[in-house]
Amino acid sequence: MTKVSMTVNGKAVSAEIEPRTLLVQFLRDHLRLTGTHVGCDTSQCGACMVHVDGRAVKSCTTLAVTVDGSHVTTIEGLAKGDKLHPMQEAFREHHGLQCGFCTPGMIMSAVDIVNRKGHNLDEATIRHELEGNICRCTGYHNIVKAIADGAKHMASTPAE
Amino acid sequence: MTATGIGAPVRRKEDFRFITGKGRYVDDINRPGQAYAYFLRSPHAHATINKIDTSAALKEPGVVAILTGDDVAADKVGGLICGWMIHNKDGSPMKGGAHPALAHGKVRYVGDHVAVVIAETLAQARDASEKIEVDYGVLPAAASIESARKAGAAAIHDVAPDNQVYDWHIGDKAAADAAFAQAKHVTKLDIVNNRLVPNPMEPRAAVGDYDMGSDSFTLYTTSQNPHVARLVLSAFIGIAPENKLRVIAPDVGGGFGSKIFIYAEETICVWAAKKVGRPVKWTSDRTEAFLSDAHGRDHVTHAEMALGDNGKILGLRVKTRANMGAYLSTFASSVPTYLYAPLLSGQYNIPAIYAEVEAVYTNTAPVDAYRGAGRPEATFVIERLAEVAARELHMDPAEFRRRNFVTQFPHQTPVIMAYDAGDYDASLTLAQKMHDTAGFLARKAASAANGKLRGIGYSAYIEACGIAPSAAVGSLGAGVGLWESAEVRVNPVGTVEILTGSHSHGQGHETTFAQLVSSRLGIPLENVSIVHGDTDKVQMGMGTYGSRSGAVGMSAIVKALDKIEAKAKKVAAHVLEAAEGDIEFKDGKFTVKGTDKSADFGTVALNAYIAHKFNGQELEPGLKESAFWDPTNFTFPAGVHICELEIDPATGVIKIDRWTAVDDFGNVINPMIVEGQVHGGIAQGVGQALLEGAVYDESGQLLTASFMDYTMPRADDLPSYNVGMTVTPCPSNPLGIKGCGEAGAIASPPAVINAITNALGHENITMPATPEKVWRAAQSAVRKQAAE
Amino acid sequence: MYAFTHHSATSIADAVKSVGEGKYLAGGHTLVPTMKQRLAMPGNIVDLNKVAELKGVSDNGGVLTVKAMTRHYEVENSPVVQKAIPGLAKLAGGIGDPQVRHRGTMGGSVANNDPAADYPAAVLALNATIVTDRRRIAADDYFKGLFTTALEDSELITAIEFPHADSFSYAKFRNPASLYAMVGVAIAKKGGAVRVAVTGAGSDGVFRWKEAEDKLAANFTAAALDGLAVSPSRVNGDLHGSAEYRAHLIGVMAKRAMGA
Repeated sequence: MTKVSMTVNGKAVSAEIEPRTLLVQFLRDHLRLTGTHVGCDTSQCGACMVHVDGRAVKSCTTLAVTVDGSHVTTIEGLAKGDKLHPMQEAFREHHGLQCGFCTPGMIMSAVDIVNRKGHNLDEATIRHELEGNICRCTGYHNIVKAIADGAKHMASTPAE
Repeated sequence: MTATGIGAPVRRKEDFRFITGKGRYVDDINRPGQAYAYFLRSPHAHATINKIDTSAALKEPGVVAILTGDDVAADKVGGLICGWMIHNKDGSPMKGGAHPALAHGKVRYVGDHVAVVIAETLAQARDASEKIEVDYGVLPAAASIESARKAGAAAIHDVAPDNQVYDWHIGDKAAADAAFAQAKHVTKLDIVNNRLVPNPMEPRAAVGDYDMGSDSFTLYTTSQNPHVARLVLSAFIGIAPENKLRVIAPDVGGGFGSKIFIYAEETICVWAAKKVGRPVKWTSDRTEAFLSDAHGRDHVTHAEMALGDNGKILGLRVKTRANMGAYLSTFASSVPTYLYAPLLSGQYNIPAIYAEVEAVYTNTAPVDAYRGAGRPEATFVIERLAEVAARELHMDPAEFRRRNFVTQFPHQTPVIMAYDAGDYDASLTLAQKMHDTAGFLARKAASAANGKLRGIGYSAYIEACGIAPSAAVGSLGAGVGLWESAEVRVNPVGTVEILTGSHSHGQGHETTFAQLVSSRLGIPLENVSIVHGDTDKVQMGMGTYGSRSGAVGMSAIVKALDKIEAKAKKVAAHVLEAAEGDIEFKDGKFTVKGTDKSADFGTVALNAYIAHKFNGQELEPGLKESAFWDPTNFTFPAGVHICELEIDPATGVIKIDRWTAVDDFGNVINPMIVEGQVHGGIAQGVGQALLEGAVYDESGQLLTASFMDYTMPRADDLPSYNVGMTVTPCPSNPLGIKGCGEAGAIASPPAVINAITNALGHENITMPATPEKVWRAAQSAVRKQAAE
Repeated sequence: MYAFTHHSATSIADAVKSVGEGKYLAGGHTLVPTMKQRLAMPGNIVDLNKVAELKGVSDNGGVLTVKAMTRHYEVENSPVVQKAIPGLAKLAGGIGDPQVRHRGTMGGSVANNDPAADYPAAVLALNATIVTDRRRIAADDYFKGLFTTALEDSELITAIEFPHADSFSYAKFRNPASLYAMVGVAIAKKGGAVRVAVTGAGSDGVFRWKEAEDKLAANFTAAALDGLAVSPSRVNGDLHGSAEYRAHLIGVMAKRAMGA
């Protein structure tokens, strides 16, 4: 067992874990943060996406021990209390989700895209930047619209 | 239409939990003391199991139990079933091989379930599984239809020595032959409908739990139809009587058909929970999903169209071989038969049709319904034939279709279906206008100037959904009725719970069903809750598939609401001290005709429970009604999709440049949600046409067993869609709804292939049209374009 | 995955001392999936994520040095890289997907030598030097076939040194499922010398395409490659593309790298 400590959604956590514990298992099984999902075994689908030190990573391909000391944000940490993050609002407003399973990863990816590429995103950029996320329900049409709109709203909202 | 009423694009009520990470899927559920199951799966496509030695594995840390097919047999756990009987041409029944939940004596595909290890952790269960020693006697495997039907091929099931499941036909052979004898031209096509893996983003999962005190089981499972799961697990597999088995399907992350079926894993989890005295949890990983979720499609077809003067279609002959995989899955037998051939008439007036279907066992994963189920295969046949026939006759493909459209309704096809309403020309005309088909040639010239090949393709699809009249499907061999149920519970304060047998796994029922109830009862949307997915809460229902929840599920709600209104009027008559016949109900208010006396819905609800104002012997207290709706016909959504794309002949890469979809779904409750269904369906159809294909090698190993090798459509592979609607209300249900869930997946593959072949100038391309195939096929087109 | 012991190294020396029969863990985006599938079973993992001396980018005006634990997104966005060898920053920005780029490292990629990885093509075309804890290895001597390199047991890449080039560009055709390179062609020109490296397609991993180098050395234009083809016999074929198709794509991607 190895001790791991990190800050998750602003809260300090530490635990003794098996070194083979993936970050997603640590979040889901140890912290019961079940909003982060596992949709594949090979790092393609992005359902497991979280932010580590402000950058989107796939928590199914990251050993928890390797992010010891980091700040981790999951979908549960995005809203400020009752106030949804503008990207969450945009996904609802534009019907950017159906079954909801890929949605937490999509939203975490979307926020990361805005952090990297700014608030004025054209369709081609959004589609290209979503290469690490797979959705089977929406055909992406409304996800693309939601991200473009959410990006604009993030400009007028204080950053995370 | 109000802001939240029927026809309004109401934002979804269920979204809050999904966008905040508070959805509750099966893998999010943990029961106190649970153990974890790992399935040891066959590495061989076809082998006898001579011996399973678990002694070393049992000594591994954390192991609770290891169970095999012998344990299943000893406990008399029944086999998995196929619930639809198909008869051969000669009237004899199909050959259904036994399907034990854990293989017994033999494995029949790679991924078949050999043993289950139950341990304290999943990692321990998997570690221990590697210590199980299985002595296999490897048999020759048949991974394709041809190899399975070859003379001397090893029999996969003893009951089907030649691996033929059934040899079925439909239509009038003599009439079809006569039509071909008169034909001025015959168009012939050989078609492969590629095998797909459904891949909902949430992998399947199950948690089985047993309560000794009440001798009852609970199964949490990723199901589109928890009541059907309970029925099968009780009546056929024999886990427990239905009153001792609760099946819960909570939030389910997509299904597309693959979560209709009752699989080995949930059967084993719920059975083992009692056997080991612990809750047992299993969650599929993606590779297990590729290996063991039921796949879709996989047809090989030869089709011929007989044509008379002026491009009139005289007849159709179709011969299809369908790969069923190693076992018949829950509804597998119906897919290449009654869900397929009755749609071969398309939107056209075709006097004679004859279709033959041979179903074949192979050493591959079972094949069953996947979004569209049979109808995409039929649409691909008829819409490729229509396009190619038009080309061969040098006719405009839209004009060819127009000349053959059914224009009078009802229309009886030669293959069972009676189309009830539609205006196919209206959809085609609108689609052409929205798409600017008139500008195609200019766009094609611009592409050519850039060294690109541009093509346009049509698909005028029809499907039969809202399945289905119980009497009709019963006469065709279904083992169940396909009605739906609803219960409307009005609470004393006037809020309402709707208990529905439909199951939402992305379709947004919590919103659309609430819109219906809210507008009917004149109460706010937030006062309506939709309850589904729990057999202890909800009365027997049939679940969600075949685009049936609107047409059938909501019709049941309407029927129950009719009863609620009738009862409430009686209560209102007492409240308002008027004759029942004088009570009118509108916009949430009961009024007395010709007076200003009124009572709102909440007041009447309260009085129904207080019951002070009426004699409980004459009028029962309470306000709760239930209904079952059994439709009188299928519904027939139809529409036109136009795909326009550009090929880079240097690499074979295709870019879809524009997509227009015009669909007639009848009346629409929530256009935002309906358009979302269209978008998702098109994406899956484009996936089939361009990207996706499950590939087995000759020995039966699945080469595409992860997202590294099976190409899922990504955002960058797809365009934005131009979606329009026309409306002819469906006459066979009270809401006039036809259903929208499968249309996109049904319409789109032929639109893509028709566009590619239009660009190429020849028909030689198969799905998925991968870059390499397109590059090869484009070489002749490049030479032709250069010559022009 | 199988159980293993984990050591978080504090320095290069500590890492090398600790690894024994185990494996180094950098970004983990090849190793972790392999371990999850139980295709690799190292008993010991030496984690390099906290080794400060393995991080950073510098340039001395003639040679760009990228330390091994520099992540792809850092290479992509580094002003130093963008100024020294802009095509290398661009190549880094096209590896995998954004999340892979946030974790994956140059050292990890070069050490692993996946035949479908992008960096090996850059290292070979730019005639880079692989610097390890114990020696310096020329690119031409480093790549030894699929997933095979000149690295000895426990040898740790600490940095890659890229001599500046007059021009460097890379074009790739991605496997539509995995997004790895199905064919990637890197072209570097320095003075009169041209080096062309091909990844993704070689049946023996990344390789130099000498015929193209000669043609481009004589005439550094896309047109110089007309009619030139790699023999399909040195190219691998699979489900996603036959050897013939990949060989054809090498020609197309080479021209695109040349701006065609």
